[in-house]
Amino acid sequence: MTGLTPHEMALVGATFLASAVEIVEAYTIVLAMGLTRGWRSTISGAVAALAVLAAVTVIGGYTILRLIPESLLQLVIGGLLLTFGLQWLRKAVLRSAGLKQMHDEAAIFAEEAAASRAAGNEQVFGLDWFAFVVSFKGVLLEGLEVVVIVLTFGISAGNIPLAAAGALLAILPVTALVVVIRGPLARVPENAIKMTVGLLLTTFGSFWAIEGLGWFAADQESLAWPLGDVTLLVMLATWVGVARALVALLRRRVALATSIA
Amino acid sequence: MRAVRAFGRFWYEFLVGDDWRIVAGVTAVLGLGALAVAMGLTGPAVMITVFLALVAVFAWPLLSDRQF
Repeated sequence: MTGLTPHEMALVGATFLASAVEIVEAYTIVLAMGLTRGWRSTISGAVAALAVLAAVTVIGGYTILRLIPESLLQLVIGGLLLTFGLQWLRKAVLRSAGLKQMHDEAAIFAEEAAASRAAGNEQVFGLDWFAFVVSFKGVLLEGLEVVVIVLTFGISAGNIPLAAAGALLAILPVTALVVVIRGPLARVPENAIKMTVGLLLTTFGSFWAIEGLGWFAADQESLAWPLGDVTLLVMLATWVGVARALVALLRRRVALATSIA
Repeated sequence: MRAVRAFGRFWYEFLVGDDWRIVAGVTAVLGLGALAVAMGLTGPAVMITVFLALVAVFAWPLLSDRQF
């Protein structure tokens, strides 16, 4: 990692953390299927989903890069990053303030395991179809979010392979944890990770989307921030400050409402 | 048909999520920013204003919502 610029390190860090959160959620589903229905069909479903995700990343990245001019790309991709970054940030703020339930991997695991025990035993191509489909869908849906983050971050930073590497790197520690714990990863600090990812997505999203507004200028060139990449730090500090202030304010409201009740 | 619906639901959840006001606010702010740039206002003041407006459209729904 020594040869990476701060910009590239943030890129790898964001895709690594976003991917780690989604992998934890996907593992909960895969584990529930594997432990209750057997591993062969479950792993086949997960591998098939990973193959689809890899194809979507390569084809999607190639198509977008060829079809859209740079400033418009910054605007669209930055706008996308900003929008779902703010969704992540909103949920993390509400969870930190105690206004939204934490994501409970243990409860989701119990729910999936119960559904799998109650399901029938249809065999397709020699596979337990229920385990295959549930595992495939679980990995595909959680993975699609990672693919969008990898593509948007990678395209805007001009380095899709590095963004993808960050996402793939997250597989190792999460898998190691699953092997050690042999159960759902209920103790992973998901909300803190989601808050960090939300802040990074929002920071880069606002930086790129505003630069991309240059597409509407006469020369269609991206706008330039007066402080260059240092602006990212100022923006990150602003978003962190806003998120912390919101958590504090909302917590105070909750405490006030509780004391009145 | 089911796949198309699932694809649509994925993007809706991804972009709109629990609060449609975020995507609406971001679209409105970037739209107004685009209008300003198209009128020739391309300086740092416009960029900073757009950024602060984005912060506002995120914070405002959380602060104004009565359920919070």
